[in-house]
Amino acid sequence: MKHPLELKVNGEIREILVKPWWTLAEVLRYELGLPGTKTGCEMGHCGVCTVLINGKAVKSCLVLAQQAAGKDIVTIEGLAQNGQLHPVQQAFVDHFAVQCGFCTPGMILSAVALLDENPNPNEEEIRAAIAGNLCRCTGYVKIVEAIVAARDRLSASKKG
Amino acid sequence: MRPLKLLMPASIKEACRMLVEHRDEAKIVAGGQSLLPLLKNRLVAPKYLINIKGLPKMEYINTTPKGIQIGTLTVHHSIETSALIKQRFPILAEMEKGVGTLQIRNWGTIGGNIAHGDPVGDPGPCFIVLNAKVKVVSMIGEREIPLEGFFIDYLETVLEPDEILVYIDVPSPPPRTGSAYHKESVRLGDPPIASVAAAITLNGNIIKDARIVLAAAGKTCLRATKAEEVVKGKNIEQALKEVGEAAAAEAQPFTDLEGSEEYKREIIKVITRRVVSQAVIRAQAA
Repeated sequence: MKHPLELKVNGEIREILVKPWWTLAEVLRYELGLPGTKTGCEMGHCGVCTVLINGKAVKSCLVLAQQAAGKDIVTIEGLAQNGQLHPVQQAFVDHFAVQCGFCTPGMILSAVALLDENPNPNEEEIRAAIAGNLCRCTGYVKIVEAIVAARDRLSASKKG
Repeated sequence: MRPLKLLMPASIKEACRMLVEHRDEAKIVAGGQSLLPLLKNRLVAPKYLINIKGLPKMEYINTTPKGIQIGTLTVHHSIETSALIKQRFPILAEMEKGVGTLQIRNWGTIGGNIAHGDPVGDPGPCFIVLNAKVKVVSMIGEREIPLEGFFIDYLETVLEPDEILVYIDVPSPPPRTGSAYHKESVRLGDPPIASVAAAITLNGNIIKDARIVLAAAGKTCLRATKAEEVVKGKNIEQALKEVGEAAAAEAQPFTDLEGSEEYKREIIKVITRRVVSQAVIRAQAA
């Protein structure tokens, strides 16, 4: 028996029917047409399912869909505005921080959440913030470089 | 996950009633960061989940006349970043940095962590050395349970099936007391090779009181009473020389993915000395 659920995703109110045991990750991908959020381990280890809930990075495979009611959910699809990439997304492109791309949505969202909470993190803080996002391809070097660049670009644009 | 029914009580009282109504077919879910993996691994298969995440007035960190009080639905990240916690109980803020990863800490709750009873969990040992107590309620009443003795075995605590945790009281430490925690792990957030929490009270240069708790040193966290006896009454220098070996001898680690028994003993020896030393420095500044 499905339950009605109203979710606010990327600024839009969406009304869907869900089974009570469905996770937010499943609902985003299969009910809301937003497959940018990936599933990998589905156990909370790998982080490819990372989304933002009220601005904080959360693993959506460990959130029951119904628990997300009333919250502001942002997925990777919600970052670009009017066709323009978010500075973190642009930095990932500019610094070749993407190989297979599977970890990338979750990684970018973790970085966005970090820079929103702490606009001036040092490298250790950046690495701690993305510790929950595993990448099998890059070795993290370019990812950290991209986040550092995004940090600098964002804080420069605040001053300018 | 397997099919189940998700109940959404409007209050803790209603949640308690639902627990009694559904008995052993129901489990409480808060952040679910420990429970959902168990369901996904099919280690438990409750027919009902009773959701308490979002219930009002259970997410807070407040001062009380005797110390501080933490609502059990407070997420780990709030404790990690709280100015009050960093000022009064820095051991808790530094412990929280190593609990899982940031995403887990943004949704998982301190109450859920304690109720789960992870034998190598980080909060338990810290709350024990701080002499904390947790308030629990049920349909038939309420009680206060000291965190010492709360954890019995692998994922087993003294909590009754019809009880729900509501807040944790952490008393202000006695004068000249400092506490510290260290988890030695391969990566930040990994399960420990070994962890140590310690609270030390000084009388001048002598150790007046010591509370030392080890994790990954037995079937669940272990209060190292013999190591505590070794240091009590000794001057700081002598105590630091002996405490590491004493803790390593008292520990009962077993070989697992994080290390062999012998390696863990060596790590316990080193980090017990380090943690006690850090607690002493904080006690001297207190």
